[in-house]
Amino acid sequence: MMGTDWANWLGPAEWQAVRLSIRVSFWATLVSLPLGIFVAYVLARWEFWGKQVLNGLVHLPLILPPVVTGYLLLITFGRRGSVGQVLEALFGIVLSFRWTGAAVAAAVMAFPLMVRAIRLAIEAVDPKLEAAASTLGASKPWVFCTVTLPLILPGIIAGAILAFAKAMGEFGATITFVSNIPGQTQTIPSAIYAFLQVPGGEQAASRLVIVAIVIAMSALLISEFVARRVARLVGGS
Amino acid sequence: MSLQIELQHSFKDFKLDVAFTAAKGVTVLFGPSGSGKTTLVNAVAGLLRPDKGRIVADDWVLLDTQSRQNLAPHKRRLGYIFQEGRLFPHLTVRQNLLYGRWFAPRDAQGESLDHVVDMLGIGPLLTRRPGALSGGEKQRVAIGRALLSAPKLILADEPLAALDEARKAEILPYFERLRDEVSVPILYVSHSSAEVARLATTVVALKGGRVAACGTPAQVLGDVAAVGVRGAASVLEARVVAHHADGLTELSTVAGALWLPRIPDISGATIRVRIAAQEVILSRDAPQGLSALNVLHGTIADIRLGDGPGAMVTLALGQERLSARITRRSVQVMGLAIGQPCHAIIKSVAVAPEDIGTGRMRAGAL
Repeated sequence: MMGTDWANWLGPAEWQAVRLSIRVSFWATLVSLPLGIFVAYVLARWEFWGKQVLNGLVHLPLILPPVVTGYLLLITFGRRGSVGQVLEALFGIVLSFRWTGAAVAAAVMAFPLMVRAIRLAIEAVDPKLEAAASTLGASKPWVFCTVTLPLILPGIIAGAILAFAKAMGEFGATITFVSNIPGQTQTIPSAIYAFLQVPGGEQAASRLVIVAIVIAMSALLISEFVARRVARLVGGS
Repeated sequence: MSLQIELQHSFKDFKLDVAFTAAKGVTVLFGPSGSGKTTLVNAVAGLLRPDKGRIVADDWVLLDTQSRQNLAPHKRRLGYIFQEGRLFPHLTVRQNLLYGRWFAPRDAQGESLDHVVDMLGIGPLLTRRPGALSGGEKQRVAIGRALLSAPKLILADEPLAALDEARKAEILPYFERLRDEVSVPILYVSHSSAEVARLATTVVALKGGRVAACGTPAQVLGDVAAVGVRGAASVLEARVVAHHADGLTELSTVAGALWLPRIPDISGATIRVRIAAQEVILSRDAPQGLSALNVLHGTIADIRLGDGPGAMVTLALGQERLSARITRRSVQVMGLAIGQPCHAIIKSVAVAPEDIGTGRMRAGAL
């Protein structure tokens, strides 16, 4: 490895895939996080008719074949899909065959993991603490912001990082929904798949495999570290 | 301020149906577990919505199911001190203390942080988190947090029940100070008759979801029907006369001197002493050659024969009452009758430190 030119260790096509993967996963996680917290709260604290239906819907991408999820996204959010048509007509947003579509696919696939982690954290918060806050004059939104949210922060961080890692590895739904276009929708997994289809692509593929492992491990370590710091901050002592 | 409470609420196997008015001072809701005390306090706090009811503090309506008024808990301006403290683990003691202040109206008349910290002796804890506090410290912070939210009414749900005897002895005086130094009325839940005797201005005894008795500590604790023969006790007001070298404190009551193991109050202070009815011995003649130091002289005001072998004899000592739980056989053999003079004998050591509290009883009573 002596004399390796690290800046050019990855070829331009590989760099593009890495950058795109990070961008797709970042936005997929960030945009779905508020919705994830809301859905987790609803599932943890509210009792309503049809709760199990919502629960099932949220978890569906976890158990469906990813190709099926991708196909459903395509017929819903594609240019001829019902939601896709409305999005394009009203906001000029096109998802199919764009990196934004890849982000939607990644977000949908990562959503169950995110909700699960946050929901567990919410269920661990003693509702009596929230009742105490309300007797001290805090309205429901304030109780959530000053008591519930800080206490579930480790769970939110864990859920977000889990979702990020899942989004980085998403392949089936992405390739079905937005195909495998270099520079647009070719994330690390699709790039690895593409390199393996051409003769002599193994080297590029294995470099991307190493990158994928490094990113996944870093995400795990960072989440452990941050969650521990936050837990110490909110857990007393 | 007075608090009017009328509540009806049905659970699967329990029905709460109460109505009473709490005057200023400390109103103790007294009764065994399962008598509906916590349900009642939670309804006042707005944490439980009763089937039917009306809760009015002066002219401020917290709940009126008839006119469909039900103030949300955060608008009720209450300071609720919970049994388990319920401090926020992610905030420091100082942030916990000031949590309620943040939401109180800007013009609210509240205690100052310095005064509360000083009164509760929690200055050294301010930068710590609740996880690093002992049970007694947590409960003191919880009292401070409720107080600093500038409440119109303080609710305390068995705030001492989770503490051991030593911690109880540490916290009770703070509630006495609260009663005497802070003008906010307090609704205090307890199943301990010692706490009733020490703290209460008014006692509401609950039994099976109903009000069994309501009155001063002396009236209610002496009411066998409300508290049962085992719980029956008298509360005497006494003045500290002197502390003696042999470790005893001399008190004066309307019916004579009382000698008790040394108590911490200063001379001249008025205190309350709870005397359990089963610790009192009666004698028609002035007893002699007796190890017990305390002999009080009174007149028999009431004799109630129980269903079993027991009887409750109540002596009038001036305005105050002293109950003795003796046997029916003794009543017969001694020929006791209402109006007779009688002596009551009490061992000094029968009165435990937790039975002795500060403050006059009749001040501000019903």
